[in-house]
Amino acid sequence: MTHITASVVQQLAALSAISLDDNEVESMRQELGKIFEYIAQLQELDTSAVEPTYQVGWVGTAMRSDEVAESLGREKLLSLAPSAKDNQIKVPKVL
Amino acid sequence: MITIGHILSRIKSGESSAVQEVEAALERAKAHASYHALLELTPERALERAKLVDEGALTGKLAGVPFVVKDNFLAFGAPTTAASNMLRNFDAPYQATVVEKLEQEGAICIGKSNLDAFAHGGSTENSAFGPTNNAIDTTRVAGGSSGGSAVVTALDIVPFALGSDTGGSIRQPASFNGVYGIKPTYGTASRYGVVAMASSTDTMGCFAHTAEDTALVMGVMAGRDSKDMTSLPDFFDGSIHPMNPMKIGIIKETMDNSVDESVRAVTNTYADTLRAAGHTVEEVSLPIVNHALAMYYIIIPAEVSSNLARYDGVRYGHRSEAAKTLAEVYSLSRAEGFMSENKRRILIGSFVLSQGFFDAYYLQAQKARTLLIQGFEKLFETYDALLTPTAAAPAFKLGENTEDPLKMYMTDVMTVPASLAGLPAISVPAGTNEQGLPIGVQLVGPLQSDNTLLSLAASVEEPRS
Repeated sequence: MTHITASVVQQLAALSAISLDDNEVESMRQELGKIFEYIAQLQELDTSAVEPTYQVGWVGTAMRSDEVAESLGREKLLSLAPSAKDNQIKVPKVL
Repeated sequence: MITIGHILSRIKSGESSAVQEVEAALERAKAHASYHALLELTPERALERAKLVDEGALTGKLAGVPFVVKDNFLAFGAPTTAASNMLRNFDAPYQATVVEKLEQEGAICIGKSNLDAFAHGGSTENSAFGPTNNAIDTTRVAGGSSGGSAVVTALDIVPFALGSDTGGSIRQPASFNGVYGIKPTYGTASRYGVVAMASSTDTMGCFAHTAEDTALVMGVMAGRDSKDMTSLPDFFDGSIHPMNPMKIGIIKETMDNSVDESVRAVTNTYADTLRAAGHTVEEVSLPIVNHALAMYYIIIPAEVSSNLARYDGVRYGHRSEAAKTLAEVYSLSRAEGFMSENKRRILIGSFVLSQGFFDAYYLQAQKARTLLIQGFEKLFETYDALLTPTAAAPAFKLGENTEDPLKMYMTDVMTVPASLAGLPAISVPAGTNEQGLPIGVQLVGPLQSDNTLLSLAASVEEPRS
């Protein structure tokens, strides 16, 4: 099994902006170890002769004319925010 | 079995009205509430729209036909939750393009079906609101992630239901519940307004009882949408065509001893049925499919980790009440709003995309994907379609795989290859095991051969009452 330490899990959690409790860290450590071992099988494949495929059936960047069109509107979108004030979304202070 | 045709002809003949059809569907939904296939009904909006049909103000190919959306399609009438705590109270400000298209043809959404939260899973057990029971055996899973939509179709609550399929989320539950399920060619129907999972393989499809109904619904859903730049110009004509003899390959790697004997038997019987109808069916080999699941569980978590970055507790969705700083708004809202499986996939994505691992995992998987696509292309030089089981076994027991994520991932092994290659694939109800559990077979074709696959299935479909 690929050895994953608790600190690796915590680092991934930090990169992912997800807070994990100690129990979650431990279960993720075990599960991710097994999953990483499984997906590592691809390293056996010889892919030296091929390019990666990021997108199937890519039809190219679509262009449209630059015309003013209706959109959802500020009020409607602000109503979805957990907290809003003075036509803006409110969050706790950053610093 | 209720088909779209039955409902349309009852309304046309005056035997019933759209309002009566919608009321009846809502009653059936309530009578089957114990399956937990539906998260919310939308009776008010549905009946309003049914009245418009009866008054002649709303017409179209599906006028008065009730349907259900998987609750990751933005749709009015009730919150769009993606079966998650993150979006528990999210009222969609607009509707998904495919929902709009169906409504323009007079179809009437009566409710929203259960799924694995954010469509992450193969059993609908990862729903924040509890699992859905299998339509045939309530001790078993519905399959997933579109489990609720498969079950409402199988229970005849509605004649069709919408699902999304990223790696098998329509086909596998279709197989587990004995209905048709289509994952169309990547780009056939717009992804706009559907909660994103993995953008390079997300497709929008449906469940129905017959190939004809499946084609009719997909025909309405298909087409270019300026709001989804990967959507293709409409190639889907929505009808069934007479078939000339076709050459079909059974992929032998999907028929080995690890596959349940009953599943192999049903698949072989289906091959015989195709032969009896004049088609040629031969065994073919595609060894690279053995690596498809590993590719999938690198590429998809990578895309998931990016797509789910938008759930930050700021603009919409859940915000943690415990958060005191902006950083905590992100990390605690995400901790509380996501299920374990969501977190697991995001962490896998962060791992395979991180410096030092990117080339070995993510880049290697995207290169392996090219090998897979080339393998399919080579087979399609000789064969018109490929046949495999849809799932390696019939529906498993509730709770059977929840403790072992990797084992749960293995249930996607038959369906992920077509997803990675963008190919159309349908699951056809083809038989049962000794206990009566449904078993589906999968037909996979070249890009944009969706109509052909449905016509092929229709050509050997048993007449159903």
